[in-house]
Amino acid sequence: MTESYAPPLLEVVGPTSGALLRRRIFTHKGLLIGSTLLTIVLLLALLAPLIAPHDPYAQDLTQRMIPPLWSEKGTWAHVLGTDNLGRDYLSRVIYGARISLLIGFAVMVISGLIGAALGLAAGYFGGRTDMVVTFFITIRLAMPVILVALAVVAMVGGSLWVVVLVLGLLKWDRFAVVMRAATQQVRSLDYVTAAAATGASTPRIIVGEVLPNVLPQLIVVASVEAASAILLEAALSFLGLGVQPPLPSWGLMIAEAKAYMFFSFWLIAIPGTALALLVLAINMVGDGIRDVSAPSGRG
Amino acid sequence: MLAFATKRFGLALLVAVTVSALAFLLLRASGDVAIALAGEGARAEDIESIRRIYGLDRPLLVQYFDWLWKMVHGDFGESLYFKTEVWPLVMEKLPTTMLLAVFSLTFALAVSIPLGILAAVYPNSWIDRLCLALAVVGQAMPNFFFALILIMVLAVSLHWLPVSGSESWAHFVMPTITLGYYIAPVFMRLVRAGMIEVLASDYVRTARAKGLSQTSIILKHALRNALVPIVALSAVQLGLLLGGSVVIETIFALDGAGFLAYQSITHKDLPVTQALLTLLSILYVGLILIADIANAWLDPRIRVG
Amino acid sequence: MAPLLSVSGLTVDLATPRGTLHAVRDISFDINAGETLCLVGESGCGKSMTALALMGLLPNSATRRARHLAFEGGDLANVTPRKLASLRGNRMAMIFQEPMTALNPAYTIGDQLIEVHRRHKGSTYAAARERAIELLEKVGITPAGERLGQFPHQLSGGLRQRVMIAMALMCGPTLLIADEPTTALDVTIQAQTLRLLIDIQRDLGVAILLITHDLGVVARVAQRVAVMYAGEIVESATAASLFRKPRHPYTRGLMASIPIPGRTPPGERLGSIPGIVPSLIGEVRGCAFRDRCAFAFAPCAETVPWRADNEHGWRCTLPEVPAEAAA
Repeated sequence: MTESYAPPLLEVVGPTSGALLRRRIFTHKGLLIGSTLLTIVLLLALLAPLIAPHDPYAQDLTQRMIPPLWSEKGTWAHVLGTDNLGRDYLSRVIYGARISLLIGFAVMVISGLIGAALGLAAGYFGGRTDMVVTFFITIRLAMPVILVALAVVAMVGGSLWVVVLVLGLLKWDRFAVVMRAATQQVRSLDYVTAAAATGASTPRIIVGEVLPNVLPQLIVVASVEAASAILLEAALSFLGLGVQPPLPSWGLMIAEAKAYMFFSFWLIAIPGTALALLVLAINMVGDGIRDVSAPSGRG
Repeated sequence: MLAFATKRFGLALLVAVTVSALAFLLLRASGDVAIALAGEGARAEDIESIRRIYGLDRPLLVQYFDWLWKMVHGDFGESLYFKTEVWPLVMEKLPTTMLLAVFSLTFALAVSIPLGILAAVYPNSWIDRLCLALAVVGQAMPNFFFALILIMVLAVSLHWLPVSGSESWAHFVMPTITLGYYIAPVFMRLVRAGMIEVLASDYVRTARAKGLSQTSIILKHALRNALVPIVALSAVQLGLLLGGSVVIETIFALDGAGFLAYQSITHKDLPVTQALLTLLSILYVGLILIADIANAWLDPRIRVG
Repeated sequence: MAPLLSVSGLTVDLATPRGTLHAVRDISFDINAGETLCLVGESGCGKSMTALALMGLLPNSATRRARHLAFEGGDLANVTPRKLASLRGNRMAMIFQEPMTALNPAYTIGDQLIEVHRRHKGSTYAAARERAIELLEKVGITPAGERLGQFPHQLSGGLRQRVMIAMALMCGPTLLIADEPTTALDVTIQAQTLRLLIDIQRDLGVAILLITHDLGVVARVAQRVAVMYAGEIVESATAASLFRKPRHPYTRGLMASIPIPGRTPPGERLGSIPGIVPSLIGEVRGCAFRDRCAFAFAPCAETVPWRADNEHGWRCTLPEVPAEAAA
């Protein structure tokens, strides 16, 4: 028979999955913008003592209500103006970032640990444990978070740590749901049952399989809860039942500025925008991670 | 279908009872009630007498059942701050909040469903990006900030709407827009995702192969299936609204249950706070129940064997 | 007499992240009124794309071109989407492979049958309903009246496919395109469904374009066959002629790889075609089968001529391929 020496047709060689992931990350605009923004805020918060031009608590009644730089009476001494007690607004905003980030992070960690533990238990043990945990979740979902938080803070007294604790103990439900679903899914995999049949250590397999699979979802939930916690703290502080003055919580700053809002709206706009930008950044990062870790069928 | 509904109802009842117990416990556990009631600088004897008067020295379980018994009979006690009976007080304010919730939900759906459909039918177009931008901003903006902006723009600068109070319909406009915008993003994303998925389904391909009009395909075939999760979400969001109304009602001085909650909490008015927590939770549980049943009814596979 | 459907030089390109995929490459075929043409080929050869292209159901990322495309005497290539939509489900209808998901779960069978008739014929509800009952009975679903009020999930896969067929016939089309209609069904139901298609053609005079990968199906229902490989039609003939003397090496390979009861000697090794289907992204020149063909040589990399022997045509550089194809 004649030999085939026709030139080979086009052969498609695919890139490695690691390279694909990197490409997806670096072409995802939302993820890049969000992480940049978040990093900026993080740096501002961490380097606050070095960056802030003034002491955020220093009052100077002779310098009250100076508008920000872009208005006619603005000055370079106080780039974002001063509030009703003469405190430099830029410094307060920068230090406020610390509070918001701390809240977001702490609540995320506390509620994440509680929720993940509950969800793992429910998914792994199934049966009665599952019923109990699901019942807990339903109960928790039936309680309006903000009302409960308000009530508890009113009884106990408001402070940063009270807020962190209350929110952390309330916002674990989504973590639990996600963890439970992922654990159940892994548990029913054929090879897990097979491994159990041969006497292999199921807990290790499950934890070893569940965690990598559920990690992207957990990160997304974590970002949602962190953002939500930040907004909740702002709302609580706004109502006077969160962080207490003179701490520069952005929500509290808005509350303090409310009385002057008709003539000095910047006092409200600046912390409000800061809040929106921070939450936006967190959401973008969360969304981005979810998009990037979607199964590769998404092209 | 009936068995399904009954089972769900039983569960809802159980949840409601548990929540009431939790609300009860929570308030008593987060601080000595007698001290809170007596106020600052009260003397020990005063605190003791308060304890006796309000039966706070009895075992917790007894207190709870006493309260539960009274509650089932509609007796929520007397408000410490307003000096009237709790039940009529709450009932007077609740309609305002419910009205606000319904208006806000309607507004949210009226905005998010059409936008979600458009975004799904023209994915990655400027419409899609605009909808996404609106959703993203809506999720990031603190609702009280948005409320203040609306006040500045609509009430102060343009004088279109009154700033606060709850006398007329006009007073509901800004709160509705604020809360509506607060819950709309989730709906919009859900509609968009649901529509995209359904539009790619086999039965929509069949509908296209039948030569049906684009309108019929989108509105009759696709939407009907894509909207099913919206019903369940509406219940969840209504629940969120009940809670979120606290902040908004307070800003706009809208005289509803949310504002009442704020007032009672800040004045440590225990009976009212407890009643509100319990009532709102039960309402919420009821909503979830309705949503579950509606969901099941909407799916012919459950409704018709 | 002019053919019912006349296709000449149909090309479908798909835009993908890796480049342009040439899914269908310059194919031509005709279907006469009342006849069954089978389009055979393995997965990915472009046969489904061809069907979608004819119906105007291609995805947005696809472009369709044709030298000539005529249906019922009218041009099909340059029609507006609106005109095409008025033809779909009306003059030409299509049924798909997966009956389990092809019907809308939220509406009754009756609703879905009736709407297509009302849409194209502007009939009243009662008239459309009568037609629906008539067709349900035609496809062997009784009691038809009861079934109208049922939801898809209440019917089995075989029944759902029959409903799909009835739905396709509601407006009395002259062409029925069936994309692997029996592939997802149980073997016994397959035979029933094919029987139904044959009966329908006989009774209603509908032309059928049947797409399949199964030569067994072809043997049962086809009058004419077109074999597709890598986006091209490599052989086209009457069913009898194709089975009696397949010309193209690919067709030969296909036939050698299925056992034929009564023909294949017991204990004999089944043939297989070595290699895999080539990628159709980017430029494709010459015969797409040459990598797997035992007879390929240099000219196969250039344009391959179409040969014809009476009604039997095939695309090959060799005028005659030796009888014994090495496995």
